[in-house]
Amino acid sequence: MKINNIKVLILRTAGTNCDQETKVAFEFLGAKVKLQHVNEFVWGRDKMYNYQVIAFPGGFTYGDDIAAGAVLANELKMKLKGQLEKFLKRNGLIIGICNGFQALVKTGILPGSKNWRQKASLGCNDSGKFEARWVYLRKPKLKSQKLKGKDKCVWTQGIDEIIYLPVAHGEGKFIPKNKPVLEDLLDKENVVFQYCNANNRLSSYPDNPNGSIEHIAGICDDTGRIFGLMPHPERFIFRTQHPRWTRGEASGAVPDGLKIFKSGIEFLIRA
Amino acid sequence: MFWRIEVKNRPEVRDPVGEGIKRDAIDLSVESIRDVKMVQVYILEAEKLTGVQIKKICEELLSDPVIQEYEFGHLEDKKFRRKPKSGWCEIETAYNPGVMDPWEESTKKGIRDIGIDEPVTVKTGRRYLIKGKLAKRQLEHISQKLLYNKVIQHIVKIQTLKKTLSAHKEVSYQFQKKEIEILALTHKQLLALSKDMQLSLTLDEMLAIRAYYSRLGRNPTDCELETIAQTWSEHCVHKTMRGTIEYREKTNGKWRKKIIRNLLKSTIMDATRKLNKSWCVSVFKDNAGIIRFDGENNICFKVETHNHPSALDPYGGAGTGIGGVIRDVLGVGLGAKPIMNTDVFCFGMPDLAYAKLPKGLLHPKRIMKGVVSGVRDYGNRMGIPTANGAVLFDRRYTGNPLVYCGTLGIMPRKYSFKKVKPGEYVVAVGGRTGRDGIHGATFSSIELSHESETVSSGAVQIGNAITEKKILDTLLAARDRNLYTAITDCGAGGFSSAVGEMGQDIGVRVELEKVPLKYNGLSYTEIWISEAQERMVIAVREQNLKEILKIFEAENVEAAVIGRFTNSKRLEVFYKQERVCNLEMDFLHNGLPKLARKAIWQPPNIRNTRPANRKNRCLTKSLLAVLSDLNICSKEWIIRQYDHEVQGMSVLKPLAGADNDGPQDAAVIRPLADSRRGIAVSCGINSRYSEIDTYWMAVSCMNEALRQIIAVGGNLKQVAVLDNFSWANTSKPKVLGDLVRACYGCRDASLAYGVPFISGKDSLNNEYKVGRGIISIPATLLISAMGIIEDVNKVVSSDAKSAGNLIYCIGTTYDELGASSYYNICGSKSRNIPKDNFKTSRNIFELVSRCAALGLVRSAHDCSDGGLAVTLAEMAFSGNLGMSVDLKYLKHGIPRKKLEDDVLLFSESNSRFVIEVEPKHKSKLENTLKDIAFSRIGELRDDSIFLVSGLNGSSAIKCDIEELKTAWQKPLKW
Repeated sequence: MKINNIKVLILRTAGTNCDQETKVAFEFLGAKVKLQHVNEFVWGRDKMYNYQVIAFPGGFTYGDDIAAGAVLANELKMKLKGQLEKFLKRNGLIIGICNGFQALVKTGILPGSKNWRQKASLGCNDSGKFEARWVYLRKPKLKSQKLKGKDKCVWTQGIDEIIYLPVAHGEGKFIPKNKPVLEDLLDKENVVFQYCNANNRLSSYPDNPNGSIEHIAGICDDTGRIFGLMPHPERFIFRTQHPRWTRGEASGAVPDGLKIFKSGIEFLIRA
Repeated sequence: MFWRIEVKNRPEVRDPVGEGIKRDAIDLSVESIRDVKMVQVYILEAEKLTGVQIKKICEELLSDPVIQEYEFGHLEDKKFRRKPKSGWCEIETAYNPGVMDPWEESTKKGIRDIGIDEPVTVKTGRRYLIKGKLAKRQLEHISQKLLYNKVIQHIVKIQTLKKTLSAHKEVSYQFQKKEIEILALTHKQLLALSKDMQLSLTLDEMLAIRAYYSRLGRNPTDCELETIAQTWSEHCVHKTMRGTIEYREKTNGKWRKKIIRNLLKSTIMDATRKLNKSWCVSVFKDNAGIIRFDGENNICFKVETHNHPSALDPYGGAGTGIGGVIRDVLGVGLGAKPIMNTDVFCFGMPDLAYAKLPKGLLHPKRIMKGVVSGVRDYGNRMGIPTANGAVLFDRRYTGNPLVYCGTLGIMPRKYSFKKVKPGEYVVAVGGRTGRDGIHGATFSSIELSHESETVSSGAVQIGNAITEKKILDTLLAARDRNLYTAITDCGAGGFSSAVGEMGQDIGVRVELEKVPLKYNGLSYTEIWISEAQERMVIAVREQNLKEILKIFEAENVEAAVIGRFTNSKRLEVFYKQERVCNLEMDFLHNGLPKLARKAIWQPPNIRNTRPANRKNRCLTKSLLAVLSDLNICSKEWIIRQYDHEVQGMSVLKPLAGADNDGPQDAAVIRPLADSRRGIAVSCGINSRYSEIDTYWMAVSCMNEALRQIIAVGGNLKQVAVLDNFSWANTSKPKVLGDLVRACYGCRDASLAYGVPFISGKDSLNNEYKVGRGIISIPATLLISAMGIIEDVNKVVSSDAKSAGNLIYCIGTTYDELGASSYYNICGSKSRNIPKDNFKTSRNIFELVSRCAALGLVRSAHDCSDGGLAVTLAEMAFSGNLGMSVDLKYLKHGIPRKKLEDDVLLFSESNSRFVIEVEPKHKSKLENTLKDIAFSRIGELRDDSIFLVSGLNGSSAIKCDIEELKTAWQKPLKW
């Protein structure tokens, strides 16, 4: 697929915040981006399957009232399930960032099951408060090495070192429903990112900013096409967004956040 | 029928909310508390909801199947009346009737999405299960201090819950036009009326109103009188600043007298006029000051105070404070997009003993936590980064905390002005109108006392950020399609101020029954003056009405035509065809009699007390103590709760360094993704100096704000500043004298630095009555600055970068320890606060900018509270590097007999910077700086030792940078 045929939908609703910067990231790579309000789909004026990528951006949809992402998740389940399933059948890609991730998990789209049954959740940070800070992320050390070099998640292919991104949330503690769910996630290599320290080791707060079980920061579904994470890749697209750029860090060619969007778009171009 | 639903975390899942309350309770010395669990309560009322439907609502919407469990039943079901388990007790809180329940709207939406179309009302509450041997008194203590605020919430009694819920059923309003008798009133009666109706009008003002109505031959309606009071309130017209002041000042032993007509216009605004900067677009006119950003865009900035509401309900008060200033920016010109928030707070001492807390006050720590959460929850939800601020602590803020909230915005140049024409519709957009916030504008002019919470609780409002976010999204879309011609926010005074102001030059006619209401029962006057949050007013041409309403509808924003602009030069308000207000615009806006006040200033009578036993003082210990001064220590606990990076424009964050935790001088953002142009934002505030001389206090605040912009690599070419005066009771001549002198300081500094004021606001009468005494706040001026950064790639941070680099101090250190942090910890006092030589300062600012532009500066940090020692320490520990400094090289202007190590280290002289330079740039740097005072005082080390050699050659300070950092981080690590 050619880059200028890729249409990205950034789904907005009341309380969406990070739509503009997510748009900047996709447009930087040459994709066509549309910011569209969820009502347009609920009222049938637009269809989700008109797009190749859907991004669920960060923010506080519906104020995060009841629980973070809960009211949007309910809306997606009740009003847009058909459209979303059709979109996925057509091999569309989804990325959910922060509040978007919370919504995807609470609909059950992530980690995914036949009937969208919720198998995990994102609870209050162990610290009990909203926190904004930068974190290191690593891919889990794989049990089997069969997928080495080729990632399951299409959004993170080619990322082979730890990356550095900001988090900003109050409800980001990843909690799987039970042990089998957790083991399944790890076995199938659906855990995409874990919080770690600068030396690639799993460590506690503040490196793991919310107390996530198994340090899980982001997961994908079985197809690898649906990806959600708490950290904000759209906030590290330019060198000067890195907290230590004035110290000479972030001098690499592609900032870590951009790598994720690039991986997703390049997958579509190859497809 | 009422249903009750309870949702709580499963036993195996942690409950961080409960844990937080437990920590806070232990903090309140209730140490017997063992555990706290929070249960979320929903009460749903609907005529025909079935149990099956309720179960579905619980499963799909209200509970999380992975981490929570739920229980539901009829409200009066026995299971909700069970006794707590032994060893546990319970408290349940809910919002007071009439207070907006922030979750109601979204919960109703969720229920509709499920496919349940029954009309439902939703009330939420919280049940707290508390384990531990607690006396009744302790339980009350925890409840009052931590779990609820009686201004907006109450403790629920399960037995009478249904009665409470039903008792506040909507009542209908019977229209009755009310006239207020004033024509026949005596002076005494007029004043009594002003007080009874909470009008906050003086006798002169009441007489002017009486004279106006005598001419008309009738009495005013209540609505007219309220409109005049709102429009003439200190909050809306700044009558003290614009009145006539008879000022006497004693300088150099001589008294001088001066009549000042309009203090604001003759000082601060006059400086802006004289500077006549071509890049100033709109100053002191609109809701915010506007300056040029680049060829296509302008930027604007506004800072507001929300002091009184924050004293009563810190969370709601601070949240609506930030909400209000965001609306100011949304309402400037034809609307700007908010891109950054700032917040500056002043609190009483957080370690104040509860026994010493005056009656009726919330504890400073509680106020602080509430204010921070309020700004956090509102600012974060709005998707606007809160990236700059300051926090001051002083016991005199105990009764009157100060909450300054600022917002910057960006807008295409063509949207910088508005103009209303007759015939256009008045459209109210956003939240519905309720009884909240009545008399906020006039309340802000009254001194607080322990009765305030009962008398003025109507003035407290709760915000709903998402309503405002929806308005923001849709209004900017409508603006870009040119669908409205004017806009303003509904702030203090509600519609009465907003509509009255928009129609000021032409006239307007409003029909109040068309205003969407939260509930029935509001009188026409209540609708007119309600300060319900999240409302904007726009003017729309007839041909655009349909299209603009469509934009609002597409994103579920409520909008209603409530009137039309006319040619009548009158403010005409109707309720169901009855005219309830008919006022001439001219009288409303120009009829206010000029306030005449007296002001006096003379140097304070303070005996100089220098630190005792100076020779033997351990300066390492002093430095550690100064770093732990609450005004200087790390504010990381606050900063990390704010999303300071949303919108992805951050260039220099409030904290940065080797471990991302060093203090930075100004926040820098780049507002456009495709441009390297940036904005630096900073603030200057220091109320300790006010006691000595508000002139030099004001100058120092200006100097500090500008220093910070220079330190991050900015320059003075295009910097604009804002003033916010929070003062005590200005009817006292001494207090007003302080204000006059501060204005002079602002004017002189503005002219000398070439930096214009573009907007400002004052909050007067900040005092608190305790018994017979009065606690007045210190005169507190906040200067907020924004400067254009030409290329964000050249921004400089304050953290030290590499061992071996040279350390320079730029500027001259004088003996200016008066009211310094160092004297504060020593318990000393003296009059020698920092002054400023404007010409020298301007040279310094310009040359430091040049060095940064040339790329010679690896790090830079300004010297402010705590002096040189604090600056050096902060740079070293932020960069994780040791440092050696020798004081004998430091340029100073101190007479020999007063020359001491501690003066050099802790004096707070203005216009000083410390910069780090690579050795290879040494001669280029020194050449560039040759016309100003600078000194090479040391270098960075490759270990972690912080070493300062004193004048006599022995070490004055020696310690590890970790020790310094710990001292700086510890105090507010909550």
